[in-house]
Amino acid sequence: MNWWRRLWNRKKMDQQLDKELRFHLEEQTADLIAQGLSPEKARREAQIAFGGPTRIFEECRDTRGTRWLEDLVQDLRYAFHTLRQRPGFAVVSILTLTLGIGSTTAIFSAVNPILFQSLPYPDAHRIMMLWEMRSDGRPQQPAFATYFGEAEHTQTFDAIAALKPWQPTMTGPDQPERLEGQSVTAAYFHVLGIAPLLGRDFLPSEDTPKAPKVTILSNGLWRRRFGGDFGIVGRQIKLDDNAYTVIGVMPPGFENVLAPAAELWSPLQYDMTQGRAWGHHLRMIGKLRPGVSQEQGKRELDVTMHSLGQLYAVGYQTSGGPPRGMIVKPLQEDLTEGVRPALFAIMAAVSLVLLIACVNVTNVLLARSAQRRGEFAMRAALGAARQRLVRQLLSESLLIASISAVLGLLAARFGIRILIVLSPSELPRVSAISMDIATFTFAVGLTFLVGLLVGLVPALQASRNALYTGIHENSYRASSGHHRTRRTLVVTEVALALVLLVNAGLLLRSFQRLFAVAPGFDATNLLTMQVQTSGRRFNDNKATLHFFSQALDAVRQVPGVMQAGFTSQLPLSGDFEVYGGKLETGQTTAVKEFGALRYAVSPGYCETMKIPLLRGRFFDDRDTAGAPPVALVGDSFVRHEFAGQDPLGKRIQFGPGEDSYTIVGVIGDVKQTSLALSQLDAVYIPTAQWHWADGVLSLVVRSRRNPTALVGPIRKAIWSVDKDQPIVRVATMNSLLAASEAERHFALVIFEALAMAALALAAVGIYGVLAGSVTERIREIGVRSALGASRSNILALVLRQGMTLAVVGVLIGAVGAMLTSQTLVSLLFGVSRLDPVTYLGVIVLLMAVSAFACWAPAWRAARVDPSITLRAE
Amino acid sequence: MAAKSDLPQGTLDLLILKIVALGPIHGYAIAQRLQQVSQDVVQVPQGSLYPALHRLENRGLLAADWKETDTGREAKFYRLTRKGRGQLETEAKSWQRLTESVALILRLSEGSGE
Repeated sequence: MNWWRRLWNRKKMDQQLDKELRFHLEEQTADLIAQGLSPEKARREAQIAFGGPTRIFEECRDTRGTRWLEDLVQDLRYAFHTLRQRPGFAVVSILTLTLGIGSTTAIFSAVNPILFQSLPYPDAHRIMMLWEMRSDGRPQQPAFATYFGEAEHTQTFDAIAALKPWQPTMTGPDQPERLEGQSVTAAYFHVLGIAPLLGRDFLPSEDTPKAPKVTILSNGLWRRRFGGDFGIVGRQIKLDDNAYTVIGVMPPGFENVLAPAAELWSPLQYDMTQGRAWGHHLRMIGKLRPGVSQEQGKRELDVTMHSLGQLYAVGYQTSGGPPRGMIVKPLQEDLTEGVRPALFAIMAAVSLVLLIACVNVTNVLLARSAQRRGEFAMRAALGAARQRLVRQLLSESLLIASISAVLGLLAARFGIRILIVLSPSELPRVSAISMDIATFTFAVGLTFLVGLLVGLVPALQASRNALYTGIHENSYRASSGHHRTRRTLVVTEVALALVLLVNAGLLLRSFQRLFAVAPGFDATNLLTMQVQTSGRRFNDNKATLHFFSQALDAVRQVPGVMQAGFTSQLPLSGDFEVYGGKLETGQTTAVKEFGALRYAVSPGYCETMKIPLLRGRFFDDRDTAGAPPVALVGDSFVRHEFAGQDPLGKRIQFGPGEDSYTIVGVIGDVKQTSLALSQLDAVYIPTAQWHWADGVLSLVVRSRRNPTALVGPIRKAIWSVDKDQPIVRVATMNSLLAASEAERHFALVIFEALAMAALALAAVGIYGVLAGSVTERIREIGVRSALGASRSNILALVLRQGMTLAVVGVLIGAVGAMLTSQTLVSLLFGVSRLDPVTYLGVIVLLMAVSAFACWAPAWRAARVDPSITLRAE
Repeated sequence: MAAKSDLPQGTLDLLILKIVALGPIHGYAIAQRLQQVSQDVVQVPQGSLYPALHRLENRGLLAADWKETDTGREAKFYRLTRKGRGQLETEAKSWQRLTESVALILRLSEGSGE
């Protein structure tokens, strides 16, 4: 009979066992009677020879191996019964643990796919992100020349691919639609290891400049725009006025981690003869051959890079000089690098809340087991083994944890949704965040851990007391160990809460500091949007420039618009473009090189942004395509490159080509990537005088009032010039400002919520312990007041007792906070991790909350009537 | 009462297997047989036979059926399974080896150990 059948048939087996043992005894008795004994004596003899029947019965049952489960069921039933007897206790414990388990599970489900799961590609650990290494050791985006050379020569990589964003407009029978896509080299999907579901992958021959235009669709786009038509492969679709042949459709589960929003792909179709071969604007990935290490791959790429640098010295010179080498990083690491510190900090914070919740419930269980001391003593006296008592109490705590886990999982589902809404846009793999098997397993494991954690201390204590003290009620000696445990728990709780509060406080202070940083322009009532040119006629520079200047004129006519201008790079929008240049020093021999942010801007841009003019003049209508080329430079550029000299009238070469620009003005510095990052040098050129006409510009509009009301009229104004031009990325400058700090904000919101929870739990915990200890010491307090202690004496006694615990907890917590704030350093800004203001503020707050939690029990103690308590004995 | 001897670990199982191997038999009869054959040297409290029987049954070495005895009463008769027979053989062999080597050691004369 197997284990399951033994479990299932246990009733019948018990009956049979009973019958079997009885048969033995009766046979034996009969034999003894046959030997001449009296029936009475025979029965006794048989029983003596047999041994204790109950014990043997139990031993036989134990051999089935189902005993533990039967006991467990019994324990759980009993636990359930005792919980129902004290619903208040049960509800408090369950809610506390629900909060702990729910929040921990929600955070885990968000963090797991990002930090721990490997990317959803075969052999994902072999996929590497490849960056060029600048001469100062920092990474930079690879140029096409780098990709081309590395991909051609590599022996250590299976394949290398380059990619860049591509936003074609699809026209056809339906409304024109701007799509998110990627231009990729032919091996892109090969590197990821995912093949199209329908049709085929790109061929290397399709990735050349004159090749016919082809595209692969995402499964979502195929369903959305083409109704999941299986005949799509081979058909042509119109993108930016060009006919593209659809050659494939990706599978539904394909997660494109490099550009999650991308819905279609086409070959990059660059070659080395184009000027753009030298711009650092691509991204590069590669898949290592099996068995090749990251270091081996890097060494080979470095060697190739070195020879490429020599071979194409002239070309690289137009974009800041040849790279020093390559940086090879696992794709997963590269994608998660930015959010890693925040996520680890959040994980740590939520674990703290869980710990505090556990400490609270442990406290409650301890208090309860103190009340049940009599019951345990009775059971121990009746022969229950200590092990059995421990198990009984553990099954109670496990039951509480399990109920909390079910509620917590439900709460986590909502929590996850909130997390996704709150998550900063740079959080990778948001689509993979869900309640999956991993989350579920985690929650189950966590529940067991929590159940054991909160149950073990009270269980051990209760069972020990049961054995030592017997049924003596109110034995002071026995309860002193018990009090010590509870005091330790309160101290722990205060310390943990302090750690969390200090870290949350540091984040809050950083955030305040950060938004006190001047971005370099005035963000109020500033509307931004990106205007793109689409269509073949814009292959002509003049047409592009003409369109933008007409559009700008139209926008300026819109009522409510005060000022407007165009820029190639919008601050804090994620735009980032750096070009190399040379300073003309006058002496032909000495040429100073530099790298700087390039802004191609229309006249009126700086005025609209309210970027201050420090010297010289802004651009104006004189600075047309034919006029002498001019440039504005940022303040930090002047400080770095001119060191006290007057920059006005000096000439610089900038970007590809030999044109030199005369500096006509110096303007204030603008934060381009983040408020927290220090300033990069900047050079501004009129759009009309740059080496080519940018096809994508951002419009900035200063309005009188709320700028969002102007979105419609401005769109209409632009479309009155040309109705086919897409307008995207509409946002107020204030929202861009907020979004640029979204990661910090995300961490801050979560930390604040967790810190509030921790504070509340700590207050409840301190209150609970003191209230419990007052109840237990009610007789002692009665004696004291009978002996002449005044109310204020007793009030002071209980308060002192509670506050001593709080102070000890605060001291330990302060040390803990100093140690743990190390993990937050990368998220802090303008605040030391040992910032005394934060520490002091949090300590005062926590002490105030503790005092409040102490007050109620102390006040109650002071009201104890000695005559009643003494009579109760 | 005859001198009792404590059974070495696992020996009771071996003895039960051997007795059951002779033919289907119920618990009481096994107890009787054990006592008779060993001439009261091996004395097990009769009750402790049953946990051993059940353990062997749960391990699949024994199987049991309820049958009528000669006296017409229902009793649980144990028999050896194929697995039990294999177990008996290996255990008997290792028991043999053990006793032989113990006997060898005991035969060493006092002086020969030098």
